[in-house]
Amino acid sequence: MSQLLDIVLVAMTLSLAVWTVMARDVFSATVGFMAFGLLLAIIWVQLAAPDVAMTEAAIGAGASGVLFLRFIARRDALGASIGKPRPDDAPVPTGLRIACGALCGIVAMALGIAVLALPSPAPSLAQAAAASLPRTGLGNPIAAVLMAYRALDTLLESVVLVLALIGIWSLSPDSAWGSSPDPFPSPAPAGPLTLFARLLPPVGIIVGIHLTWIGATAPGGKFQGATVLAAMWLLAMMAGLARPPAIGATWLRVLLAAGPTIFLAIGFSGWLFADAFLAYTDAAAKPIIVLIEAVLTPSIAAILAMMLIGPPALAHMRAPDT
Amino acid sequence: MSLLLNGFTVLCVILGGVFFLAGTVGLLRFPDAASRLHALTKPDNLGLGLIVLGILPRVADPVDALKLVLIWVLVQFGAGTAAQLLGYHARVDRRAR
Amino acid sequence: MHEFLIGAAVFVLLVAGAGLIRAIRGPTDVDRILAVQLLGSGGIGVLVLLHAAGQAPGILDIALTFAILGALAALAFARSSPGSGGADRT
Repeated sequence: MSQLLDIVLVAMTLSLAVWTVMARDVFSATVGFMAFGLLLAIIWVQLAAPDVAMTEAAIGAGASGVLFLRFIARRDALGASIGKPRPDDAPVPTGLRIACGALCGIVAMALGIAVLALPSPAPSLAQAAAASLPRTGLGNPIAAVLMAYRALDTLLESVVLVLALIGIWSLSPDSAWGSSPDPFPSPAPAGPLTLFARLLPPVGIIVGIHLTWIGATAPGGKFQGATVLAAMWLLAMMAGLARPPAIGATWLRVLLAAGPTIFLAIGFSGWLFADAFLAYTDAAAKPIIVLIEAVLTPSIAAILAMMLIGPPALAHMRAPDT
Repeated sequence: MSLLLNGFTVLCVILGGVFFLAGTVGLLRFPDAASRLHALTKPDNLGLGLIVLGILPRVADPVDALKLVLIWVLVQFGAGTAAQLLGYHARVDRRAR
Repeated sequence: MHEFLIGAAVFVLLVAGAGLIRAIRGPTDVDRILAVQLLGSGGIGVLVLLHAAGQAPGILDIALTFAILGALAALAFARSSPGSGGADRT
């Protein structure tokens, strides 16, 4: 029966992927992508990777979908035509299509051969990772990999997030730099959305903190918790209960930079107290990890929320009313 | 006792599945977007509620039971709010692509 | 019992996935978003059943995450379109 579930999942995911790639406009592709993210989360569960499944559900099906939908809204507000089917376009040459298809097919085949040619059981460091787990004070090996063994990757990821946000902000015109994003074309009237945005955030904040906290011993972690927190802030902004902050505001910039900066400082202090960058002494490992998670979660939540809101100056660039 | 519990779970889950089927049939067969909204909110949420009800006696941890009920309440609330806004969008913003 | 729960999960998944036909065909954008919402509710049902079948630890937290974020995409869609977002015309 479990195999039947796997077969159904694979069949649905593959056909959905084909449809998403062949969709005629960006909106259909976005919808397909969100559905694909959800199916992928269930596949990760079947592959016994619940942490990845949670991240896929939060980011792939939640945040990415919102990002694409906001892109489509901005595109429509600006009157651009990216991603819309244009009947007067010259059709893509058949030879080019065949070449692209062949290239993709070769890459897929190479990946398949590589995966199938792995020795069985595949070589893995899982034993060594599990053996060192008690020294980190954590119960979840995923958290140990992310925060102790490969903490450098997590540090670089958080910095990359800040860079991505700066990249999004750079899309605003010079005159609007530093002002507040104006992401919604009409003010939100009172109604069901306002009720929802008043009732859900307290629950969402508790759930977000719970997901971050539980990551030490069970599937979860700061990234998933931060996404839920960012979604709550985004919901409040969507309902008009909170105004998007000006991107030049000092408090916002401190909030965004605090997490990666403190993480970096802890990394440098590893040279003082242990013997390498980002090394922890055995006794201090758990408190340091908890501290890093505590400062990173709000920062990542703020970064994600600001990324989803977008750059300022839609008002400055709004197309004339048609 | 265990037989009764298992029977309860089986009954609730089967009923829940039937309601999910009703929801999908509604989504595929109703004539326009505004009427398809009903298929999303009513039978689907009832189906999920029945499944949660059937699973509830089987969980060992009271926190898990709380999470199950919270999941159902959140899905109801979210789907209801989304249906209201999407309904307005479907009725007023008539734009077929 | 374990087999029954997984079988029920397969059924719910198939039924919710069949709703995706509306995402492919549906003439308006609202139809497509509705189909994804349906898949979302069905997916949460599948996750709850898989948790009861004991497939992996922490599945309930995944379902909780998705329950919170599930409506967000539909709300972002409805709110971001010009002239919409109001539903108080009762």
